[in-house]
Amino acid sequence: MSLLSVEKLSLSIHGTPILDRVSLAVGEGEVLGIIGESGSGKSMTALSILDLLPRGARRTGRIVLEDRELTALSERRMCQVRGQSIGMVFQEPMTALNPVRTIGDQVAETVLVHTDRSRRAALAIAREALDRVGLHADRFPLTRYPHELSGGQRQRVVIAMAVALRPRLLICDEPTTALDVTTQAQIIALLRGLVAEDGMGMIFITHDLGVITGLADRLAIMRAGEVVEAGATREVFTRMRHPYTRKLREASAHVPQRKARAIGATLLETRDLIREYRLPRRTFLEAPQVFRAVDRVSLTVRKGENVGLVGESGCGKSTLSRAVLGLEAAQGGTIALEGARIEAGHAMPRALRRRMQIVFQDPYGSFNPRHRVARLVTEPFHLLEERPDRRERAQRVAEALTAVGLHESDAEKYIHEFSGGQRQRIAIARALITRPELIILDEAVSALDVSIRAQILDLLADLSDRFGVSYLFISHDLGVVRAITDRVYVMKSGRIVEEGETEAVFDHPRHDYTRELVAATPRLDRVLAEMGVG
Amino acid sequence: MRAFRSPSLIGGGALSTLFLLAAAISYVWTPYDVTQHAIAIRLQPPSAAHWLGTDQLGRDILSMLMMGARISIAVALVAVGLGMAAGVPLGLAAAARRGGWLDEIIMRANDIILAFPALLTAVMITAVFGPGAVNAIIAIGIFFTPVFARLARGAALSLWTLDFTLAARVAGKSRLRISLEHILPNIANLLVVQGTISFALGILAEAGLAYLGFGAQPPTPSWGRMLAEAQTLTAIAPHVAIFPGLAIVVTVLGLNLMGDGLRDLLDPRLRRSRT
Repeated sequence: MSLLSVEKLSLSIHGTPILDRVSLAVGEGEVLGIIGESGSGKSMTALSILDLLPRGARRTGRIVLEDRELTALSERRMCQVRGQSIGMVFQEPMTALNPVRTIGDQVAETVLVHTDRSRRAALAIAREALDRVGLHADRFPLTRYPHELSGGQRQRVVIAMAVALRPRLLICDEPTTALDVTTQAQIIALLRGLVAEDGMGMIFITHDLGVITGLADRLAIMRAGEVVEAGATREVFTRMRHPYTRKLREASAHVPQRKARAIGATLLETRDLIREYRLPRRTFLEAPQVFRAVDRVSLTVRKGENVGLVGESGCGKSTLSRAVLGLEAAQGGTIALEGARIEAGHAMPRALRRRMQIVFQDPYGSFNPRHRVARLVTEPFHLLEERPDRRERAQRVAEALTAVGLHESDAEKYIHEFSGGQRQRIAIARALITRPELIILDEAVSALDVSIRAQILDLLADLSDRFGVSYLFISHDLGVVRAITDRVYVMKSGRIVEEGETEAVFDHPRHDYTRELVAATPRLDRVLAEMGVG
Repeated sequence: MRAFRSPSLIGGGALSTLFLLAAAISYVWTPYDVTQHAIAIRLQPPSAAHWLGTDQLGRDILSMLMMGARISIAVALVAVGLGMAAGVPLGLAAAARRGGWLDEIIMRANDIILAFPALLTAVMITAVFGPGAVNAIIAIGIFFTPVFARLARGAALSLWTLDFTLAARVAGKSRLRISLEHILPNIANLLVVQGTISFALGILAEAGLAYLGFGAQPPTPSWGRMLAEAQTLTAIAPHVAIFPGLAIVVTVLGLNLMGDGLRDLLDPRLRRSRT
C-alpha cells in the first residue's frame, strides 16, 4: 500500500491541457524523482496534489494520501493537509521566507496554524526542527532574520518549516537549482537523512538527471504533461524504453564534437587584475570599507582556445568578465589584448572593445523587448568605424541568424516570439556579428533545459571551429565546462586557486577547493556505474 | 490600421477630441457672450434656451465651459508637458549615473521642490512674476518636474540591472545613448499613464490657483474657477457645480482611456494578443 497514489490526474487551465492522465505512487520512506524539462508539467503535478492551482484550473482523476481522497476535500480540510500531512519546499530560498520575520517565528507559524499548542511549545518545536536541519542553537538562534543567512541556510529554514510537523509526504520542487554545487550536495544529504529518519515519502522534482539518480528510489520521466516512463531508478536506466528517456540521458552527458585546433599566440592576458568596490559607510564618520571582488587575477586566453572559469556564486567571475570587457575600470593590474595593454583605471578603446563580445545567462533579460531581432543583433555595429549600409546590414543579419541555426525571416520578429533556447541563439548571433576574436560566455547555458543546452553547446563548438573564435566560458557547472573547454581556471573568493588542462584539473585536482567542487558535482555516469548500469 | 481596433483608444480619442473641438469653436462662436451679466436670469436650471443653465451672474454655463476648456486644457497640458520635458531627462540622467554626484544633486534638488507645498511654490512664482495663466503653467510645471523625475529614475534603475543594457554597453554605446534608445521606450508606458494622471491633477491645480486668484484672471473663465465660485451655491443650484465638475471628469477619463490605448499600441508584446 503506497503512501500517496495519483491516478489518471488530468489538468487543464482555461481549457489548455496541462497534464494528461498522470499516475504516480510514493511509498513510505521512498523517494520519487520527477524529471522533466520546463513546461513538462512537473511543478503543476506537485501543485495539483496540494490543490494550489491557479484560477481557471480543472482537475480530474484521483489523489489518495493514506486512504484519504484529497480531491474530495474542502478547501478548509485541504488547509489542514498542507503543512501537516504534506510539506513543500520551493526552488527559490531567497523569496520563500518573509524578510521581516525571524526564522523562529516562521517555523513556529506552521505549528501554530495546524495545532492548538501554545506559542512557547511551538517555538520549542521550531527549535527542534531547525536543529534537525543542521541550524544549531549556538549559531542560529530563533531570533535570526533571513537576510543574515546564506542561500543554503535559508533553504534549510524552508525545509525546517516543511518538516516541523513531521509530515507524511515532502514535496521538493527543484530545491537545489538555485544553490551552488557544494551547498546542493549538503542539502541533498540532509533531505536523504530526513526521509530515512521520519520514514516519510518524498517527491523530488528536478530537471537534472545527475542530481536525482543517486537520490531517488523510483523515477517518473515527464514530457508535455505525460509520464512517458516510470519505474525503479535502476530499471528505468537499464531499459530506457522510451526514446525521450534515452534522449534526456544522452543530453545530460553530452560532449560536443570538437575538432583539434592549432592553438595560436596569446590573445587576452590579464596581469594581477584587481577590482574593488567601495561598500556603503556604516556610520557617518567611518571611512567606507573596500571589498576586493577580484584579487590579483592573471589569466590568458590564446587564439582559438576555449578557456573555462569555474567558481561558485559570488566568487568574482562576472565581475572579472566586466572588467575584461572594459565596462568597469580595474583598480590594479593590466589587461592586454594581443599586446595592446590597458593599464588599470584607463578606458578601453573602441578598437579593442570591438574584438570582444559577451553572451549572458538570462535569455529573457538580454534583449530590449521593443526592438526587432534585426536591430537587436546589429547593436554591436555601433563599434565599427564604418557602419554597413542597409543592404550589407540585412545580409550580415541573415548570415548571423543562419550561422546560429535560425531563419533569415526571424529578423523581423520581436524577441517575445522566441523560446529560451532560440533567444540564446540570438544572443550568440549578436555576439558574432562583428566577428570578434573572443566571446565571453557568462553562464550562457545555465538557464537552459538539458536537451537545449546540448544543442547550444554543439552550436558553440561548431562556431568556434568555423570562425576560429576563442571562448572564455564562465560557469558554475563543471560538467558543461568539462565538455567544451581546453583549459580551466578555478576561482574562489576573487582569486584563482588552480589552473591547467581541463581534463587534468578535473581528474586530478590539486587544490582542496577544486577537490571539493569535483566531489560535489553530481555525475550521472559515475552514479550509474555504481549502480551497475552501463 | 491597428489603432481602429482598440476600443479604449477610439473612445478616449473621441472624448478628448470633443473637448478640444469645444475649445477651438469657442474662439469663433459661443451660444452666448460670457462677458455679459444678466442678473435677471441668474441660477436658472437647464432649459431649451440655456442647455446647461446659467450661473450666479446669469452667464450661460455651456458658453463658459467652452471658453474655460481653452484655459483649463491649455494650462494642464502645457504644465504636464513642461514637467515631463524637464523631469524625464533629469530622472534618466540620475539613473544612468546611479550613486554618483549627478544623481545626488538631481534627487536632492527634487526633494527640495517636493518639500515646498505646491501652493507655496505657485504663490512665490506669481508673487515675483504676477498672476496669470502663463505663470500658473510654470508653477504647476515646476511642481510636476520631480514627480516625473522620480518615476523615470525608479523605472530606469530596474532596467539598468537587465542584461540588455550591459549588452548595449559591450556594443560601445554611451549611457546617454542607451538611455534614449533602450530605457526611454521601455518606460514610455509608465510615463503615459503618469501623464494622464498628472493632467487631471493639473486641471485641479489650475482650479486651486484660480480660486486663490493666482491663475487666469477674470473675466476669462476656467473650469477650476467656475467650480470654485459654485462652491457656495451647491445647495440651491447644484447644476452650477455639476457641469464644470463633469467636464473635468469626462476630459480626464478621455485622456486616461487614450493613454491606456496608446500604451497597448506601443507595446509589441501586447499587439498580437489584442488583435
